[in-house]
Amino acid sequence: MPVIQIPSALRSFTDNQARVDVEAVTAGEALSALAVAYPSLRKHLYSDDGQLRSFVNVYKNDEDIRFLGRDATPLAAGDTLIIVPSIAGGLT
Amino acid sequence: MTPLTNDEIARYSRHLILGEVGILGQTRLKNSSVLCVGTGGLGSPLLLYLAAAGVGRIGIVDFDVVDASNLQRQIIHGTAAVGRPKVLSARDRIADLNPEVKVELYEEPFTSDNALRIAASYDVVVDGTDNFPTRYLVNDACVILGKPNVYGSIFKFEGQASVFNYQGGPNYRDLYAQPPPPGLVPSCAEGGVLGVLPGIIGTIQATETLKILLGMGTTLSGRLLLFDALAMSFRELKLRRDPNAPVIDKLIDYDQFCGVPKRSGSREEHPGASGPFRRMNVREVADKRAGGWRPFVLDVRGAAEAAIVKFDWAEMLIPHTEVAARLAEIPRNREILVHCKLGGRSAQAAQVLADAGFDVVNLEGGIVGWAKEIDTGMPIY
Repeated sequence: MPVIQIPSALRSFTDNQARVDVEAVTAGEALSALAVAYPSLRKHLYSDDGQLRSFVNVYKNDEDIRFLGRDATPLAAGDTLIIVPSIAGGLT
Repeated sequence: MTPLTNDEIARYSRHLILGEVGILGQTRLKNSSVLCVGTGGLGSPLLLYLAAAGVGRIGIVDFDVVDASNLQRQIIHGTAAVGRPKVLSARDRIADLNPEVKVELYEEPFTSDNALRIAASYDVVVDGTDNFPTRYLVNDACVILGKPNVYGSIFKFEGQASVFNYQGGPNYRDLYAQPPPPGLVPSCAEGGVLGVLPGIIGTIQATETLKILLGMGTTLSGRLLLFDALAMSFRELKLRRDPNAPVIDKLIDYDQFCGVPKRSGSREEHPGASGPFRRMNVREVADKRAGGWRPFVLDVRGAAEAAIVKFDWAEMLIPHTEVAARLAEIPRNREILVHCKLGGRSAQAAQVLADAGFDVVNLEGGIVGWAKEIDTGMPIY
């Protein structure tokens, strides 16, 4: 079962879970399953038109899924999907 | 290149006997220059280590003054510097640490108007900023000027570091083409940050800067380093040029690009969204309360903040990100006075409430404004 690694910035939407196991065979399915499990996370991952937000990067292990197959990027058991949001520091 | 003096040879002994640096490398450092944008959490360790290492000329850009809440992590500044401009505090500390370093100060915001002029004379630019507009500005200025941009960023217990625009490698816009809209990503000012975290990330930035100046080792160009202090783990991700990234050939209005209101010199201004909710400053609210006004007071800060200080007349605590999902808990038959620390998050919550039909007032200036003007015995955090 693939695991999704949740960054600090989004853990308030996942009951402070740092890692979430999901049943999924693609990156898109995994992220959808995550957004179903934690509905308040959805708007932080997807824009209103359903596109993954451009300031949220998703990596399969160490590769950006933009350069793999985006949502169709295949996942196998043992793969880690890492969400890396844009962070700036102190000021909003 | 200007050679080392005998005093410098004594000072840099441990570099000089390190064959990879040696007399040639140390002389290169002496004849090199670095611009550090920001002298906060990241800039503090950066500046200290670059100065100690003997970088000959260091520029510092910052318009802020030292605040007591900076001292938990901004270790270049001391208690006596509270209230002083950060650039002056940093200059004095560097002068004490290494008087051989020439320090150049820019006590002004880094803007599209001055960025190219300021950055032009430095070999490397280090991004020690704390906001999205300035990060994109630093990046774009470096791309236009062809200078490496040593990047670091932090939040709570996690940090990121990379080297952008170095030897044809990717830049910040390849990592994140677009900034998040305001309010969607929490900041350290509301999420907090472990004090040592910028020390680690800033020190990584200093390491990368020295490697670039010395021309040695393998930099983080093309790699994004993620650090998690809680797990004490480092992870490395591949960073590639984005073929769809726009060409950067001129500087733009970065506040507009990032969707934030124009920043003035003050950090405590949080102009909220315009909308059908009312705003009152702390004096107006104090006067109305004295006249018997009793709205339903909603605190939209986090629980950790409420544990530091709260109004004893606040009736409910709902973090601003949860307000939209918890409207049912808020009474519809009363006026709502919503507050946070400074008034920014509460303005977002007020907008949500107003859109949902509540009669809502935002407390401009927040509980800190109240502590400064109304009840000066309250702690300010």
